[in-house]
Parts: sequence; C-alpha cells; structure tokens
Amino acid sequence: MSDFTVAQPRPLPARPTKFRRATEESPLTRVTLILLTVGGLALLVFAPLLVVFAEAMADGWATSVASLGNREAWSAIRLTLLITAMAVPMNAVFGIAAAWFITKFDFRGKAFLITLIDLPFSVSPVVAGLCLVLLFGANSMLGGWLVAHGYPIVFAVPGIVLATVFVTFPFVARELIPVMIEQGRTEEEAALTLGASGWRTFRTVTLPNIRWALLYGTLLCTARAMGEFGAVSVVSGKIRGQTATMPITIEMMYNEYLSVAAFSMAALLTALALITLTLKTVMELRLSDQLSATRRH
Amino acid sequence: MLTKIAITNSAIAGRGTFAAMLHCSLPVVAIALMAATGAPGVARAQSLLNVSYDPTRELYRDINTAFTEKWVADGHDAASIETSHGGSGAQARAVIDGLGAQVVTLALASDIDKIAEAGKLPEDWQSKLPHNSSPYTSTIVFLVREGNPKGINDWGDLTQEGVEVITPNPKTSGGARWNYLAAWAWAEKNGKDPKEFLGQLFTHVPVLDTGARGATTTFAQRGIGDVLLAWENEAYLALEEIGDDQFDIVVPSVSILAEPPVAIVDANIADDAQRELATAYLDYLYTPEGQALAFKHFYRAWDESAAAPEDVARFPKLDLVTIDELGGWKKVQPEHFGDGGIFDQIYTAK
Amino acid sequence: MAMLSIVVLLPIGALLLQGAQFGLGNIWDTVNRERVWAALFLSFKLAFFAALFNLIFGVLLAWVLVRYRFPGKRLIDAAVDLPFALPTAVAGIALTALYAPNGVLGSLAAQIGWKIAYTQWGIFLALVFVGLPFVTRTVQPVVEEIETEVEEVSATLGASRFYTMRHVILPMLTPAALTGFALALARAVGEYGSVIFIAGNIPLKTEIAPLLIVIQLEEFNYDAAGAIGIAMLVISFAMLLSINLIQIFSRRRIGHV
Repeated sequence: MSDFTVAQPRPLPARPTKFRRATEESPLTRVTLILLTVGGLALLVFAPLLVVFAEAMADGWATSVASLGNREAWSAIRLTLLITAMAVPMNAVFGIAAAWFITKFDFRGKAFLITLIDLPFSVSPVVAGLCLVLLFGANSMLGGWLVAHGYPIVFAVPGIVLATVFVTFPFVARELIPVMIEQGRTEEEAALTLGASGWRTFRTVTLPNIRWALLYGTLLCTARAMGEFGAVSVVSGKIRGQTATMPITIEMMYNEYLSVAAFSMAALLTALALITLTLKTVMELRLSDQLSATRRH
Repeated sequence: MLTKIAITNSAIAGRGTFAAMLHCSLPVVAIALMAATGAPGVARAQSLLNVSYDPTRELYRDINTAFTEKWVADGHDAASIETSHGGSGAQARAVIDGLGAQVVTLALASDIDKIAEAGKLPEDWQSKLPHNSSPYTSTIVFLVREGNPKGINDWGDLTQEGVEVITPNPKTSGGARWNYLAAWAWAEKNGKDPKEFLGQLFTHVPVLDTGARGATTTFAQRGIGDVLLAWENEAYLALEEIGDDQFDIVVPSVSILAEPPVAIVDANIADDAQRELATAYLDYLYTPEGQALAFKHFYRAWDESAAAPEDVARFPKLDLVTIDELGGWKKVQPEHFGDGGIFDQIYTAK
Repeated sequence: MAMLSIVVLLPIGALLLQGAQFGLGNIWDTVNRERVWAALFLSFKLAFFAALFNLIFGVLLAWVLVRYRFPGKRLIDAAVDLPFALPTAVAGIALTALYAPNGVLGSLAAQIGWKIAYTQWGIFLALVFVGLPFVTRTVQPVVEEIETEVEEVSATLGASRFYTMRHVILPMLTPAALTGFALALARAVGEYGSVIFIAGNIPLKTEIAPLLIVIQLEEFNYDAAGAIGIAMLVISFAMLLSINLIQIFSRRRIGHV
C-alpha cells in the first residue's frame, strides 16, 4: 500500500468551470426557449399594444389626455372600476368554494360539474348577454316582476355586474382546481387529525398552498372583467354617462370617428390592467419572502 | 315639483357602493346590487333618454345643449337629456327588452316598426311628424381614393373588372341596407335586372364588415378596395378624421333617400310633463335652429333658413329614390334581408 | 353551488327554455343549412388549432417565466394578461392594422405571398390572441409549486434532463395544461368582437358562427339566434366534458388523488 499522505486540496481553478445544476436545461435550450417565447409574445401581444398606443398618440399627448377629460369618460372609468370591484370578489369567493368542493370530496358526475363551471366561456358573449336579457328583460316573467317593483336588472348596473360575473365565472375555480388536485388532500387531513378546526385548516394549510393559483385567477378575472365588451354591450343600454363602461365608450367613440379618444381610452384601460399587475408583483415579492421562510421546512 | 337633473341615479349610488366595497367585501355586494339598481324613478320627470344609433353622438350633443338652453329660456325648469348610441337594430332590441327610452332616433323605420310591434308605440307612429318623421336625411355616396384612379362615377362602374367595393354586411348594418337598396334602385332605373346586378356587385366585395365604421377603417386605413359605399354624413366624418387629401366623394346619378326616423315611445312616458318635454325635443329637431345643426353635422335637412350656406352648399342635387318607391320597409325588409331573402340567395345560390 | 345555479344555470336555462318553445325540429332546420354548418365547422376548427398553439406556447412560456431569469422578465410576465384587459374590438382593430396587406407585419408576409388579414389565418391569429393567457396562467402556479427535489431525485437516479422533463415534469403539468387548453378552446369558439374586424366575414369562407347569431338577432329572430347558440353550446359542452373526463381518467390511471 502506498504511503498515507494527506490529500492536498486541489487548487481551485482560476475561473471555476460552471457546473450545470441537474435541475436546469442547457444554456442553449434556455436561450432558445426564452427567445422563442419572447418573440412570440412580441408579435402577438406587444405589437398590437404598440398600435393602440400609437393611435392614441396620433395627435400628440395633449389631445390624447384632453379627450379623456370629460364627464362621460370619467363616469365610464368609475363604472368599470365599480363593476370590477363587485364582480371579482364574488368570483373569488365562489371559485374557492367550488374548487374546494370539487377537489376535497368524491362524488359522481365530477366532470359534469367542472364542465358546467366552464360553460360561460363556451357561450359566445353575445349569447351570454342574450341569455340575461331573456331572463331579466322586461318581456320575461322574472324581469317584468322586478321592473314592476322598481328593480330593473338589465340596462342598469346590476345587469352589467351579472354579465361580468357570468363571463369571468370560471377563472378562479379553474385556476385552483389543478393546483388543489396536484396537492391532494393529505395535508388537510393531517391538520384535521391534529385537531385543527375546518376554518383554521383552510386558513393555515389550504390557503397558503393555493395562493399562487388564487392570485393568478383573480388577476385574470380582473383583467377580463375590465375588458369585457360583448356580453355587457347587450345588457348595458349604453347610456352615456350612466351605463356605458369603458369598453362600450371606446366602441362608441370609435364609431363616431373619434379614434384618438377611443384609443386613448383603450390605452388607459390597458394601463389600469397594468396596475393590477403591479399589485401582483408587490404581492409576489412579499410572498416569496414568506416562501423562503417556510418552504425549506 | 319639477326638480333638477336626474343624471345617473346609478352612478351616484355607485360611488357610495364602491367606497363600501373597499371596506368589507361580500355581504355588501347583495345590498350594493340593490342600491345600484337606482331608486325607483322619482326625479325622472324632467329627464329624457334618447336611444339613437351610431354615429349621431356629436349631432345630439349639440342638439341637447341647444335644446336644453332653449327649454330653460322658454320658462321651464332645467331638463337633462341622456343619449345612448349603438347599432340601430341592437338599440331597437334593447328598447323592446325594457331599455326605458322616451325618444328613439334610429337609422331605419323598420327598427322602430319592431318596437311598435312590441306595443310600445302606435303602429302609425311615422305619420305623427313631418317628412315621414325624419327631421334630417342622408343618402349613399361613393368614397374613392384621391383622383379617382379607377374612374368610378356611377353604380355601373362598380362591377367593372378589377374594381373592389367595400360595404358593410346588410344583414348586420342598417346603413348597408341603404347601400344595397341604392344599388337596386339604380339597376331598376337603368333597365338592368337588379338581382343579377347585386349578385355581380357582391362578387366585387372582398371584405364584409359588420358595421359602417369597420368598413370605413378597412377602406381608409387598411387600404383595401377601390370604393367605399357610405352614408353621406359618414363619408364627411371620415374625410374630417382621415384627411380630405386622400379621398374624394363621388355622387352617383341615382341614390336612395335615407330617412332616419324619430319617434316618442309612448309606453315609457311617465307623465304629462315628460310627454311635453319629449314632444318639444322632437319638435325642436324641425325648427330652423335644429335643422341648421343637422346641416352642420353633414345631414341633408329640410329647412335651410338658419343653416350656414357652406353647410348647405356641399350637397349636390341628385335623383333620390325613396323607400316607398321600392315598396316600403315592411315589404323590403323580409324580401331582401330576411332569412333566406334575396341577399342570402346571392351567396348561397350557385 | 347556489351561486353557480343563479349566475350560470339560470341564464342558460332561459336560453334552453327559449329553444324548447321553438321546438327541436325547428332548431335542427335552422342549423342544418350549408352556411350554418360551414360557419360552425370553421369556428370549431380554428378554435381547436388556436387552442393547440396556445397549449404548446403557453406551457413553454409558463416554464420560462417561472424557471429562468432574464432581463425584462417582469414585463413579459405582466404582458401575458393584457389580451384579456384589452376590449376584444380594440384587439381586433389593432391586429388588423398590423397584419393587413398594408400593415407592418402584413406587408412582410405579403412579400412571401402570405395573406393574413381577411383570411382564415387572420381569424386564427385573433383566436390565439384572446386565448393566450389561459394555458400560461393555469400552468404557472403548478410550476411554482413543483419542488425541485423531485427533479433532483430524478437526476440522481440517472435520468437525463429530457427524460425528467418528459416523464416527471410533463405529467405533473398535464392536468393544468389540459384545463388551460379547454378554456382557451371554449373561449375561442365563442369569440366575436376581435374576429369580425380581421375575418372579412364572407359567407361560406370566413364567416364565423357567432356572427350568424348576431345576424339573426339583427332580424329580431330570437328563436333562430337561440337555436344556433344552443347548437354551439351543445357541441362545446360535449368537447369540454370529454376533455374533463379524459383528465379524470388519466389521473386515476397515473394514480394521483
């Protein structure tokens, strides 16, 4: 046998050879994927957005801003925010409840129920609006009764809220379901066995697990609630300054050959959507702090 | 008793609910829904909802201002006029389904006929006001590219080889029905088989937009087609927006008298005071001042006495066929544009 | 569940009731016409391809956004939702402006003889646009939750990266990706606002089914509009149901839950 010598630590190379972690793709794949997706998004999303902003600025900043400074525009902005503020919480609460029900219990006809939740997407927005008019319009039994008692639904704010809730209905639930399926229910069962109450289990076990999905679902829901046109246009009545949401006002202005005003408002709507996205980023940063604190058990 | 403005019951209630929403979320929603419904119309007496079509927004903005000033000057309390704009047919449907319009000002008499069929106003509404209840009219003209490179001067030129025509779909656009009927009228007057002529014409249409505005964009901004069939007032609006150095307006030898009618929706009138306001509002459209505003917004109105001369002078005289000469809307609508009607046959007949 | 029934089932029930009054025979007569079939076929075909494109693109995008770091990532992440916020008509107008023969990208395509706007390609493009966020946003949370330990285990056991991707990661993403696919498909089938600007709307060629509904409504023909609406509803319901069933079965097979 050879002499026992203390193995000298090998001198470190001047520039350590970069070892690829086993959980990463090769740099080439990464760059290709990044370029591919960024390029695709540029063609599909950024280019149209640029067009919108360019059209809005066609006559310069001042004209564009001035076109938004009237009562009509303001009431449209207010209305859209109000509708979103009403529709999104409703859908969030419903979404959590539905996803919980679907993933934590076993029952027959599950696929059927999920498909029911999906239905609002497959109905053309125009038809969705038509459905609401058929149900609540002055010529239907229910609608006639409500109108007679002083609560018109269609052609008033409640109708717009209902239409918005309808078209954004599936978002939260459908975001949550896959995540909750992925996680199974063992953690909840453990918590319950350890004596936690149902509410506590939900708050401390389920909610942290689904927060990402909840966040994305709410974001999608918000964006769509603000931008919805088809269904809302059928039930809104389009009264300037009263029941005209931002998308409807945009269409009206466009049809009036006021394209600067129309595109300015569209740009503003996009900007509003970006605010919710900024919120998301802030939340993400906060969450990831928590995450690094809790993730590595 | 006649209180001031009734603007936006819902918007005012809405602001309150919005604040409430920020504090606590869900239980409020139900209440908010109720609150936002708008308190049952107490203060409605002196407000009016005019349900109109695109693009009359600018016209009625001016009319509303001028009218409410005159109304107050005549010793009445202030009134608020709200307007709603959209496709003529969709607007008519909204009124049928309960949109509380006291006044409708739509693009086609047949749309108001539908509201009458639903029992909201008398069948003979069109005889209540002068000129078939149409305070202003328009016609169909051609918009061609600067200098008219394809030499398009009349309907017959549209079916020449290599000419592309842009018109919206008559099935979805009220305005496009006038386009179609104007072409029909020309063919009848010039001894052609109108059905065959229209069949040929639509083979020259590469894009059928759903609305007049979409068609204008396709023609003007996308550079598709050699000629756009458009309402005269919209053609002028388009020139104003896009620049009159790029396009010319060509007036054909024969066109149609497009009559956008107005009417009071009796079923939605709350009381006599509101009826008085609605009647005065529609009558105002026929006054020299109202007519002058219509001229200013590129409509052919009837009374030139108060209109600016240059607003009147821009309209060349031409042979205008009325819808009654073609049999009236009650006959024309189902025959040409109904399901399986002549327009559908153009596309389905092989 | 009460809310499901009030918000979703009641309105759809009203539609079905309308259809029931009209009669099944009449519905069939309305739908069973060359032009309606052509429109339905076109709508579903293009919606399917658009959703398929979104499926692949969306999974890639979700992966890239969660796992990679690169400049401008936040911006890209933010942009994913924008197709929803932009009213569909505005999106349609903007897309047409780009891809029309005189548009920036349309003129490039025209040079190689590729017409985009006013053809089926244009419709495809609009449908991809409106469905873009779905797959990305359903897959993204799942990727966020995947613990890298799983991949490390796979790698230590000697699996190549590709093998890990194919046999470990993808199965985990499948339920979410399929959900996104189903939603994008459903949305694309019903899309109206953005498509009409870019489609050309020529009967039998580029006429989509939702346009036919609008046409019937313009004629105040609620029955026929409802009939086409119901036909679309039934077909999409069947498609969605089968996707959801496949999902549930595949899950059983793999052994999740």
